[in-house]
Amino acid sequence: MILSRRNFIKTGSAAAAGTMIIPPLLSSCQNLQISPDVKSYLDHFEVTPQMLQKVIAAAMSKGGDYADLFFEHKISNTLGLEDGKVNQAYSNVDYGMGVRVLKGDQTGFAYTETISLNDMLKVATTAASIASDPVTFNQGDLMEKNHPNYYQISKLWEDASVEEKVPYVQKLNDRVFELDDKVTKVRAFLSDETGYVMFYNSEGLLTYDYRPMASLAALCVMESDGQIENAYSARAYRKGVEFLDDALIEELAQEAIERTNFLFGAGKPRAGEMPVVLGAGGSGILLHEAMGHAFEADFNRKGTSIFSDKMGKSVAREFINILEDGTMENNRGSINVDDEGNDVKKIYLVKDGNLESYIHDRISAGFYGVDPTGNGRRQSFRHVPLPRMRITYMEPGPHTTDDIVANVDYGVYVDNFTNGQVNIGAGDFTFFVKSGYLIENGKLTMPIKDINIIGNGPQALADITMAAGDYKIDNGTWTCGKSGQSVPVSMGLPTVLVSKLTVGGTSV
Amino acid sequence: MTKEEKYNIAKWAMEHALKSGADAARVSIYNSNNSTVEVREEKIDKLEEANRNNMRINLYVENKYSSISTNRINNKEELGRFIEEAIAGTRYLSEDEFRTLPDPDLYYKGGGEDLKTVDTGFENLDPQQKIDQAFAIEKEILGKDERIISVTSTYRDGLSGSVMVASNGFEGDRENSSYSLVASVSVNDGDSRPQGYWYESSIFHGELPKEGVGTQALRRALDKLGQKKIESGSMPMIVENRLAGRALDPLISALNGSSIQQKNSFLIDMKGEQIGSELMTIVDDPFIVSGRGSRLFDSEGLATRKRNIVEAGILRNYFIDTYYGKKLEMEPTSGETTNLVFKPGELDLQGLIASIDRGILVTGFNGGNSNGSTGDFSYGIEGFLVENGKLTQPVSEMNITGNFKQVWKELIAVGNDVYTGSSWRLPSLVFDNISFSGI
Repeated sequence: MILSRRNFIKTGSAAAAGTMIIPPLLSSCQNLQISPDVKSYLDHFEVTPQMLQKVIAAAMSKGGDYADLFFEHKISNTLGLEDGKVNQAYSNVDYGMGVRVLKGDQTGFAYTETISLNDMLKVATTAASIASDPVTFNQGDLMEKNHPNYYQISKLWEDASVEEKVPYVQKLNDRVFELDDKVTKVRAFLSDETGYVMFYNSEGLLTYDYRPMASLAALCVMESDGQIENAYSARAYRKGVEFLDDALIEELAQEAIERTNFLFGAGKPRAGEMPVVLGAGGSGILLHEAMGHAFEADFNRKGTSIFSDKMGKSVAREFINILEDGTMENNRGSINVDDEGNDVKKIYLVKDGNLESYIHDRISAGFYGVDPTGNGRRQSFRHVPLPRMRITYMEPGPHTTDDIVANVDYGVYVDNFTNGQVNIGAGDFTFFVKSGYLIENGKLTMPIKDINIIGNGPQALADITMAAGDYKIDNGTWTCGKSGQSVPVSMGLPTVLVSKLTVGGTSV
Repeated sequence: MTKEEKYNIAKWAMEHALKSGADAARVSIYNSNNSTVEVREEKIDKLEEANRNNMRINLYVENKYSSISTNRINNKEELGRFIEEAIAGTRYLSEDEFRTLPDPDLYYKGGGEDLKTVDTGFENLDPQQKIDQAFAIEKEILGKDERIISVTSTYRDGLSGSVMVASNGFEGDRENSSYSLVASVSVNDGDSRPQGYWYESSIFHGELPKEGVGTQALRRALDKLGQKKIESGSMPMIVENRLAGRALDPLISALNGSSIQQKNSFLIDMKGEQIGSELMTIVDDPFIVSGRGSRLFDSEGLATRKRNIVEAGILRNYFIDTYYGKKLEMEPTSGETTNLVFKPGELDLQGLIASIDRGILVTGFNGGNSNGSTGDFSYGIEGFLVENGKLTQPVSEMNITGNFKQVWKELIAVGNDVYTGSSWRLPSLVFDNISFSGI
């Protein structure tokens, strides 16, 4: 499992897929009006309820227990700035539908990029072959389901022209250069995405969602006395064009400058085990890697997670509460409905220190006999749903940040990360620290940079000995990878002390 | 879609772009067919079929540039509007004098030899055979050890093809096939459940190994029993051949034109300089018959050439595409690697291990990252402690930390075990004085 911020540093423009130049692109489609009612979604994908029922019948024709259809149309655009000018634009259009058939825990899946009745029947028949006992399927009544909207927006990306977006990217560049004369290079990227999804299953459930996403990032390079350093800042939300304002530009410019400047005086701690203080915010990567993935019930169902036999047991100090939420307003990790048509719930993974719930998709919820948690997510119509995180965070604890730092004789304070990973079975997780401080005798001293920290999930969870009241969500461009599928997530944490982790550094 | 159909649509889109105001255009159409059979507990766990099409168009409009892509390529009217709107939008961007199609003199112009990168029997393979192969792997593992918790075995195949046309006179197509077998085994080790993993792949179905993938995955899982971290220290590191790319990748990234021009490289102005030990010799060879990275032209259409990248530790070549070549005032070479071939040494992996008094054999990486500008790195690892030439203790939950400018100069031995199942053909490598953090 790999978590990373979208890696602008390495990939840059070459890998940026898709920018849309002139909206509305949807004028290229046959159906212009997308209103939040199901008729408009059916029209958008050029299907009728009768067609959906025929396709589901084909999917269930060989004796499957359950089947679903997932329709998706996604338009993404990126504007890129390099060497002082907004001089590159990328647009991508992706369209299609997938058919999934379940027989017990077994899955058959196929998709098509052209949505005609014949194409859909063909892939339904392919997916159906996971089962092999032909039966007559009794079609249920079609039930339309509405859901709450966790991402209200005031202006759609389809209604913004390239002309309107360009100045913000330019301003970000200009502001970064203004703030510090050591700056030699800036790259900036503005990405927006508009997704329409529609879902229908063999139980007759019909639902849909409109999913916007916006992100803006600045990569800053500075030179001083022959030393070159780079760092970046980024924000991502499920927002519309109102995402863009001068305050955002200022925040990103300041942060890019601060983070890059910081690296010039920074060194490395000594290698080995030591206490680690995780600052509020992006340190939520600890929860994501150390426990979040291991709580995903597909691993537990197969017995491959290190937490497979820990349900209901004490896994952390009693002041620790860890949540999985998908309902925060305009958050990158929020979804109105999961990709299996389930309601999105806020659940406690750890309550008062006890393991309270796994993270479920339909298959695992069925296996464990519990209600789905709204964590069944897929990267696109080309992928099967898996139990995935959304927003993973810890509630505030009883201590203060000052007390926590004062508690450490020799250790590190870390609050800026680029990526993390975990081995589910062994429980070993890592996260890469872009910058932080050494702690000596209870005080922050030398700045540190570019070190990996590694620990064991259950051990680290048990070793969180202090937590402060300064809980914060990190709104970076976090993207979580699992089984070849990427989904947007976010995370949060108050300042915590993990009494012992293995820190990369120098050894003699 | 047949090759001819792809050419027809690509040329139509290119013509349409030129008619609609683009000064130049390049169009690629890519398609792929993949199937996956995943097996668990003597049942098929997952059957997946995937057929994918995509068109990418690079547009050059009054010295302005954009790149658009779509998988809705069947309706010309809609596609035409998409191109027209993109051209109109591109006009709002800033001019970029460096953004052009390549010099046509550098294009591949046909006549290259058949590099044999596709299995012509791909379409005729019996689906049942795929399922049988996945079950055969599982059979190698089930019941072989009481500590086994979970086994997943997978058969995958894929056929991909692309055509590309450019308005200043390029036309080219290519096709690749791949087959792979993967096994993953979890075993019980007290509180821990270590996982062993193995895979084999081939271009031709007939060359896929009939057995061994499952056995190897199980062996690798059982070898991990009793994994623990050991004390921190500086010592030699052996990196297994299949993982050696993790050590080479940041160096190759630093040789990329984009990294150099954007100052995100620790190898700026190092051509002709010593960047590694004398044991480090790397050639980029696009013409290996049935090599995984073999190709006659790159993604811009530039004719590929065999090139020395590093010779006895001395940097000979960067990877420069047309755009960054212009910005850097350097001749474009190609912005991408083909088959990156590391010159092998004398010893096999056992021999390398036997040559080490005390060190660590790395058999897995876990997270970590590197700083492109400075070469600093830090990665999580697992593997085995080597003492007196023998593997004595499985280790895990440790980090290695250092700087790539130094590390390649500490390359003290190279194996003869070049792994040919990847486009990067690397042997096992031994580096001295690596900083390991553990306890």
